Amino acid sequence: MSELRELYQEVILDHNRKPRNFKKLEWANRTAEGYNPLCGDQVRVSLDVENGVIRDIGFEGSGCAISRAAASMMTTSLKGKTTDEAEQLFERFHHMLTAGGNGSDAAELGKLTVFAGVSEFPSRVKCASLPWHTLHAALAGKNEPVSTE
Amino acid sequence: MITARDASTRLAPPVPWDVERVRQDFPALHQQVHGKPLIYLDNAATSQKPQVVIDVLTAYYAQENSNVHRGVHLLSEKATQAYEVGRVRVQRFLNAADTREIVFVRGATEGINLVAASYGRTWVGAGDEIIISAIEHHSNIVPWQILCEEKGAVLRVIPVNDDGELLLDEYARLLGARTKLVAVGHISNALGTINPVKQMIGLAHRQGVPVLIDGSQAAPHLRVDVRALDCDFYVFSGHKTLGPTGIGVLYGKAEWLERMPPYQSGGDMIASVTFEKTTYNALPYKFEAGTPHIAGVIGLGAALDYLSGLGLDRMVAYEEELLTYGTAALRAIPGVRLIGTAKEKASVLSFVVDGVHAHDVGTILDQAGVAVRTGHHCAMPVMQRFGVPATVRASLAFYNTREELDVLVAGLHDVREIFR
Repeated sequence: MSELRELYQEVILDHNRKPRNFKKLEWANRTAEGYNPLCGDQVRVSLDVENGVIRDIGFEGSGCAISRAAASMMTTSLKGKTTDEAEQLFERFHHMLTAGGNGSDAAELGKLTVFAGVSEFPSRVKCASLPWHTLHAALAGKNEPVSTE
Repeated sequence: MITARDASTRLAPPVPWDVERVRQDFPALHQQVHGKPLIYLDNAATSQKPQVVIDVLTAYYAQENSNVHRGVHLLSEKATQAYEVGRVRVQRFLNAADTREIVFVRGATEGINLVAASYGRTWVGAGDEIIISAIEHHSNIVPWQILCEEKGAVLRVIPVNDDGELLLDEYARLLGARTKLVAVGHISNALGTINPVKQMIGLAHRQGVPVLIDGSQAAPHLRVDVRALDCDFYVFSGHKTLGPTGIGVLYGKAEWLERMPPYQSGGDMIASVTFEKTTYNALPYKFEAGTPHIAGVIGLGAALDYLSGLGLDRMVAYEEELLTYGTAALRAIPGVRLIGTAKEKASVLSFVVDGVHAHDVGTILDQAGVAVRTGHHCAMPVMQRFGVPATVRASLAFYNTREELDVLVAGLHDVREIFR
């Protein structure tokens, strides 16, 4: 159970139960859809970006606890950040998921380090990274839905 | 007439199923995952292999490896004989009339594609109809969809009730003068429903419509008798039936196979070739282009012999008992809802846990050593019909035990504990 507690931390369970910014933005000027065909997780990220700053961000969709919490915490950590900062955070987050540990990036990642445990569960890495890949596509202005495959 | 053999089976006292002894035949069952004994409940995806199958594969490659139907040398003769013995074993397993009716393919999927391409190309035209059911695996949907698109034909779908049982009245209404083929699963991989295929075949035949049965989930769990069913085609995969991956079977009535054009072309399927004209080989070789999966056929033959040797009727009875036990145990857990509650069911416990995604359940069970499948099970229309994004599927085999199901149940209590 201890490894599982490491994965399903209280913060993650809380964001799964009560996802923040679970909404469609009325004034979104960047949106993208993400899909994990393996498990059917679907997420839609929408942003209101002005002068390179994320003024508001929301997500919708259905998925497992890891993907819902990852999407929810992504939105709370990005509001008010610049798009460049968002991309940097995505890189650090992705590195933590795939390389394990949170070492030097811990300060920048802040609360997002609760997802460090995911690296011990290779089949779940895509769950946590799906919302971020979708964000990346939205910022890049891609129209094609992103797939984890 | 009662033969001596019949009489002896009738008089013999019932022998209890010795599951511990059977488990000894499967080396993969005796390992640990995440520090816990493996509990393998993903049998509908693929079964584990008994030692006899592993041994014949090794022996074939170590001692008999050679190409078939070609050489005059001893090894080729041995390989050819072993390959054809495999065909006889399949013929007996299915109770087919003739080995000419047994075509080796890569798996059930290729068998269905063969019929869709060969039968479909010849007998299906614009405005014709093909009937499938609402609970098919994608492999018994997509080949027909593609065929219908190409030909301008129409795909008709037999609906199901909330228990996952096909609505036979609706099926009877769908059958008509335009129907060119019925293709249904014997047992649903996502729900475990045993479809009343014999009755369905009878209804189709009354209208002169041939029927293909996808037996992927039935071959490892039921006694299959293609002559008693009177089906026109029957497909199954070796790897779900204790055999190797990459080998499967298409049974087809000779009267159909004789008239159907080849599916793939190349070596082994020809009688003679000139640049003007090629004459095709006799059945079943007309449908077996290229060097076949010789080791796969030999392994499958060993697997089917092993399965028959266990005593199919006792096996079916044991699995039924296990399913009843598992069904009751899951029903007793608050928040667990079974998807697929047909009266006639085999081997599959598909379920959802309230408020917890199937993927999370799968990860937690895996940590307890329990291997289950989570997701849509290549049956997305089934998920849509039952209004769930995904289910957890525990699929049983004759080597599973009640104690293993108890661990599954304990794992589900862990799920509820973590997500409370």
